Amino acid sequence: MLDNMLEFIPSIPLSEWTTRATDWITDKFAILFDPIKEHFGNFMEFTSEALLAVPAVLIILLVAVISFFITGRKFGLAAFSIVGLWLIYNQGLWEHLMSTFTLVLLASLLSVIIGVPIGILMSKSRIAEAIFTPILDFMQTMPAFVYLIPAVAFFGIGMVPGVFASLIFATPPTVRFTNLGIRQVSKELVEASEAFGSTGAQKLFKVQLPMARATIMAGINQTVMLALSMVVIASMIGAPGLGREVLSALQRAQVGPGFVAGVGIVILAIIIDRITQNMNKDKNA
Amino acid sequence: MILGIKPYFEGVRNLSIIEAKNLSKVFGKNTKQAVELLGKGLSKEEILKETGCTVGVNRATFSVDPGEVFVIMGLSGSGKSTLVRLINRLIEPTEGSILIEGDNLATMDKKELRNVRRDKLGMVFQKFALFPHRTILENAEFGLEIQNVPKEERRKKATEALELVGLGGYLNQKPSQLSGGMQQRVGLARALTNDPEVLLMDEAFSALDPLIRKDMQDELMDLQAKMQKTIVFITHDLDEALRIGDRIALMKDGSIVQIGTPEEILVHPKNDYVEKFVEDIDRSKVLTAQHIMKRPETVNIEKHGPRVALERMREEGLSGMYVVDSKRNLKGYVTADDASNARKNNINDLKEILTNNIPKVDKDTSLNDIFDLIHDAPMPVAVVEEGKLIGIIVRGAVLAALSSDSEVNMENA
Ligand SMILES: Nc1ncnc2c1ncn2[C@@H]1O[C@H](COP(=O)(O)OP(=O)(O)OP(=O)(O)O)[C@@H](O)[C@H]1O
Ligand SMILES: [Mg+2]
Repeated sequence: MLDNMLEFIPSIPLSEWTTRATDWITDKFAILFDPIKEHFGNFMEFTSEALLAVPAVLIILLVAVISFFITGRKFGLAAFSIVGLWLIYNQGLWEHLMSTFTLVLLASLLSVIIGVPIGILMSKSRIAEAIFTPILDFMQTMPAFVYLIPAVAFFGIGMVPGVFASLIFATPPTVRFTNLGIRQVSKELVEASEAFGSTGAQKLFKVQLPMARATIMAGINQTVMLALSMVVIASMIGAPGLGREVLSALQRAQVGPGFVAGVGIVILAIIIDRITQNMNKDKNA
Repeated sequence: MILGIKPYFEGVRNLSIIEAKNLSKVFGKNTKQAVELLGKGLSKEEILKETGCTVGVNRATFSVDPGEVFVIMGLSGSGKSTLVRLINRLIEPTEGSILIEGDNLATMDKKELRNVRRDKLGMVFQKFALFPHRTILENAEFGLEIQNVPKEERRKKATEALELVGLGGYLNQKPSQLSGGMQQRVGLARALTNDPEVLLMDEAFSALDPLIRKDMQDELMDLQAKMQKTIVFITHDLDEALRIGDRIALMKDGSIVQIGTPEEILVHPKNDYVEKFVEDIDRSKVLTAQHIMKRPETVNIEKHGPRVALERMREEGLSGMYVVDSKRNLKGYVTADDASNARKNNINDLKEILTNNIPKVDKDTSLNDIFDLIHDAPMPVAVVEEGKLIGIIVRGAVLAALSSDSEVNMENA
């Protein structure tokens, strides 16, 4: 009886609408999506092939050197990088590692390129903040898998939809932390730059962004980690890399290979995390 | 400076460099209604109740002359910071005008405003507001950097300004490596690098500890003597205001209650509020006659006549002297004129030319009471203890004592 009260109108065809909207976008924007798919896809393949062309020893050494200097001349991370990366190589996963790395790198780069300006916009305008905040909440709480569906619709399968899905999933922290970082700059410092006659751009680039740097970097670190996790999920839509090894091991119920590929992902995650975290610290301090 | 020597008041009065007319700032949503109510004379509190708006500054009208140190004083929340930020329009005025060298800042577009800020208005902040990611030199050159002055030139000027404040040796340090006093010097140098005509200083020394604070005040006065800037100085500290101000504006609840020289404010407080504010300075309560008196030059009525008195006055460059007996009991006062006449008329006894109508205070009299007395007195005030003369107080000493560092004065006690 009471349940009837909730049925005063028939079920709203929400999912149908979404499907139709996606179809419509796919159809209308094909002119846009197709070249992206093609050119960006080519570019990504090129990048990952270029990485493979470099001898693995060189890459391992380079990562070790970067780790050494970025952690303030400490050996810990450098040693871990050498052992970890060698292990991945030893397990015959090097090629997959390079694919995964390419995906993470490009997805994170795009997230930062898109995320930082949006964050700046939000910090400057209350209206922009009011508009973007709920969108960001939505982007972050929606289960990551859901993004794979429109990604496939727009870009087919492979690396490009993987990057697209990761972009939606991983950009919010960069936006949020950029906004937060700029808003946290002390009022007196902003006043000081204005009192000396700064233009808006001078205030932003000479005071606010440098002051917000540590906070923005913390956001970027989160973005990179989310991109990595998404890239693994994106193997479900054909993105190559370590994730695909895990997936195929899962499908065949092979504990061993699944575990090994998983360990490879963990090693990559630790190295990327520690390096991006340390970028944000003052090396002399 | 403190004794009210104000060169620009003599001679022709120059055009004001800052002129505020009916300048008001109301914070909140319904500012229009609030301004109307201000016009009707409602108080800050009533307006808050009626409209929910906070009155920051209430129809302030004043002008500042070139080279003047204009102090804005008031309790916390009285609107000092708001007022000083209206002067360079860091805060948009709700009503009224603010003229800088005749140009109305309130109606300028962004670009004009920027140019005025760059050329004419320097600012020093309470918490220094140095850029932590920049070195001392980079901080000091900031104002010129944003004007795209070539690097070499702006570094030279910034270095000069830093040398002026005694920080020539710290160019490549970061602000966090410097003490508070040094950081504020950097703040001052950063403002001076632009060579602005006006320095706006919002409680610039409040975050410093008392001794460093006094040093900074002295240094500012030295700089001011050299550079003749116009300074608008905010403080909530009467001591500081008296020390450095040529004129003082006292604020309460957003309104300017009184504007005047330190002497005017101390001697002729316009209303109870000012009086209370002035009374509240610790020094005037704590310090008494004995703290500020000088050793008196005297003549002995039992030994000396008008001739000796005259001779002693000539020696000391005085126009009169107190007369005591051998036990230093105060007998009276003798002026040079009277002594000279007496000598001509062959009068040999000081008793005949003594003035008995003299300003006298006990050694424990407070400065405030001495103030009233000394203002009209033609001679120094005598300080007595059980009838004995123990010291004299000259006019300037009272003001000087009110404004100078207490430790020095307490030593006499
Ligand atoms: N941004 C603001 N929004 C709302 N009200 C403000 C704002 N800034 C200042 N006020 C109000 O304006 C009044 C004057 O504040 P102001 O900061 O000018 O006082 P002040 O004399 O500088 O005080 P202090 O000695 O504490 O620095 C206060 O009642 C304050 O609450
Ligand atoms: Mg203030």
